[in-house]
Amino acid sequence: MIAFVIRRLLQGVLVMLVVGFIAFSLFNFVGDPVSLMLPPEATQADRQAMRENLGLDRPFYVQFATFIGNAVQGNFGISLRLGRPVSALLVERMPATLELAFVAASLALLVGIPLGVYTGLNRNAWLSRFFLAASLIGVSLPTFLIGIFLILIFAVWLGWLPSFGRGDTMMVGGWSTGFLSTSGLRALILPSITLGLFQLTLIMRLVRSEMLEVLRTDYIKFARARGLTNRAVNFGHALKNTLVPVITITGLQLGAIIAFAIITETVFQWPGMGLLFIQAVQFADIPVMAAYLCLIGFIFVVINLVVDMLYYFVDPRLRIDGTAAGGH
Amino acid sequence: MLPPMHLPRALLLLAVLACVPFASGAKTLRYASQDDPQTLDPHSANLLATSRLTGNVYEPLVWRDKEWKVIPWLATSWTQPSEKLWRFKLREGVRFHDGSLLTADDVVFSVARALSPTSQLKVSLQGVEKAVKVDARTVDFLMAKPNPVLLSHMTNFRIMSKAWSEKNGAARPQDYTAKEDTYAARHANGTGAFQVKERQTDVKTVLVAHKDWWGHAAGMNEGNLTEIVMRPIKSNATRLAALLSGEVDFVLDPPTQDVARLRADPSVKVVEGGELRVQYIAFDVFRDDLLYGKAGGKNPFKDLRVRQAVAHAIDAEAIRAKVMRGFSRPAGTILTPGVQGYSPDADKPVAYDREKAKRLLAEAGYPDGFEVTLDAGNIQPASDIAQAVAVMLAQVGIRTRPNIIPQSNYFPKIEKYDTSFYVLSWGGGVTADALYTLQALLHTANRKGEGDFNMGRWTNARMDELIQQLQSERDPAKRAAAAREALLIAGRELPLVAIHQPLIPWAMRKNVSAWFSPVNTVYFYRVRVD
Repeated sequence: MIAFVIRRLLQGVLVMLVVGFIAFSLFNFVGDPVSLMLPPEATQADRQAMRENLGLDRPFYVQFATFIGNAVQGNFGISLRLGRPVSALLVERMPATLELAFVAASLALLVGIPLGVYTGLNRNAWLSRFFLAASLIGVSLPTFLIGIFLILIFAVWLGWLPSFGRGDTMMVGGWSTGFLSTSGLRALILPSITLGLFQLTLIMRLVRSEMLEVLRTDYIKFARARGLTNRAVNFGHALKNTLVPVITITGLQLGAIIAFAIITETVFQWPGMGLLFIQAVQFADIPVMAAYLCLIGFIFVVINLVVDMLYYFVDPRLRIDGTAAGGH
Repeated sequence: MLPPMHLPRALLLLAVLACVPFASGAKTLRYASQDDPQTLDPHSANLLATSRLTGNVYEPLVWRDKEWKVIPWLATSWTQPSEKLWRFKLREGVRFHDGSLLTADDVVFSVARALSPTSQLKVSLQGVEKAVKVDARTVDFLMAKPNPVLLSHMTNFRIMSKAWSEKNGAARPQDYTAKEDTYAARHANGTGAFQVKERQTDVKTVLVAHKDWWGHAAGMNEGNLTEIVMRPIKSNATRLAALLSGEVDFVLDPPTQDVARLRADPSVKVVEGGELRVQYIAFDVFRDDLLYGKAGGKNPFKDLRVRQAVAHAIDAEAIRAKVMRGFSRPAGTILTPGVQGYSPDADKPVAYDREKAKRLLAEAGYPDGFEVTLDAGNIQPASDIAQAVAVMLAQVGIRTRPNIIPQSNYFPKIEKYDTSFYVLSWGGGVTADALYTLQALLHTANRKGEGDFNMGRWTNARMDELIQQLQSERDPAKRAAAAREALLIAGRELPLVAIHQPLIPWAMRKNVSAWFSPVNTVYFYRVRVD
């Protein structure tokens, strides 16, 4: 077990180095931030001075080595756009993204699992058909379109919910939360639906197909033969066994929710890390982009590690096999 | 709006009383635009999104009236005893937001700060060597070299408090290599009509009225705002939705394709005005062969007739109607009305005449045209214009391939003269004087601050002479004559072809009235909410 964790950690470090390297090489193509930091009317001398000031005139490998050296110490430099330490900016934005991701993921689980169970148990009910057809929307419509539709309906036409922003936030020990104010909660509704809809439909379809499969197995037949109630069979035996893949997928999707909140955050002007990243891309703000990509890489590495360890606990077969629990 | 705690009780009472009129008629403007100000430091970033905020919080010594003419502001008068000396008399009773009084020391400090190596606003003091205090209300500006339009430049030079900056370790503008936050990047203490109450980067900036603003007594306040909430909303659709749903009162940059729809909405109105900016295309007239294109081993743009043919082939009216959706004024020269030195007789757009263009090409030896690449940055409207121009030129035989690349790659490229043909726009609003534009665009490129934007490396001895004259001439009539002659030469020689001056729409709720400034910036002391 410990050897397994250590091996995964070392692999994680390697992944992080590769992520950092790829991210950094890409930045050679995003262009010259200096042309955006200065007005178009700036002189040649101004531009050159700025480039030297930022160290952009140094060779690539020197810039990269400096970056890795500082990053290990948690120092990602100064944002070229905002002139503030990148680590401080990320810490400031993280609560917004994590709260949004948390609500979206909860929504996906709390609505997705019951719907999946219902459609699995009542395959031919018209309501099941309706849910399945509707879920196609969630799977097929791009996120930004869903977001804009929701804004049009609930903010512009009906005027019920805010179209952008986070509402009023409160500081709770350095964490800015929108959970404690009415406007903060109202502001969460549309973005979290937008962000969670895809995951919701994914989980629903996953639970449904797993349920259908499990219901055909022998132990369910035996359970019924034992005269157990439908309730005990469906929820005690069937659902419990469908949850193994659901947990895995949800874990991985949580990383995706955090990473791909970029689009939702842009549409709703949600002041999270994704919006910070998009603005950094447009401004060629290299320190922010590098730090963000490394952070997302880090989140995925951690989630993968946790999921691998969860396998261990939920699947008894792996425990018997011992160290045979490699990748997936 | 809470008064500082150290005030004596009588003053405190007074302050409370002074708040009463605000409290009874509190007017909030909820303002949205695409970009958030990068910093609050008035000397660190010379970018529009930043000066839109700092221009309302900090003030210059001289400012502009509604006709964009220079008027006294924090300085009430000035004299120019010699070419290399300006003497400014400061206004009495000007208070910073922290309550302290403006003195000559603050001005001397601000000059040194704006001229320091990390400042991006050195251009606002072009020619100035240093400032010297004469007495508490008089400051001398000593010039390293004469600048007859110093006052125009100085409208962008904003005054900070010496004591406040030094106390907070912000005596120099932010240095991007220093691994620290500059206090002045996130806090402000100006003399302007509004003070920063709250600042959350990329979320919102809240301004409240500065009740001790000198402008109240001087009759400068034309607005009635007590509070402004400025929010960045990046997505065009969301920004518009926020206006339509009544969550914001003002949108600085509505997407032009939606303006017609906004006009049809009874709760919204659109104000439009001309920015002091001209969009143009320019030619490489330096190389002997086309760098990007095929013209039989020659550079056709060296031939005036080919440049004329290009000018005749471009239908600026069609660009106005289709690309700009009506938001432009076809232009014939690089300066716009409102800039000192503009003259209407030099602003005659070349007539759209396809047959004449073909004839000129044939005369120049290109009856079958040639191939060329037109470079543009991927910002609007430059990229759409590049595509439209490419089609128009193809119709007369110049097979033009638009090459649209990210803006952040575009500047470094053309800066190296790595282009044959390019689209660019130039804003003359910074100084609103001809010299600034002519010097950058039409002087021989010498990498010494002249011809910095003459990427086609066009050169004309008489033009250089006229620009030299503008650099020292103080007589307005002679300046106007020199600028006019320069524009006429440019119109005749066509080193660049002006396309249009963009018109900028602002969208707001019906109850808001705002004055359109030619630098596309809202000055809140001229905004009313009724």
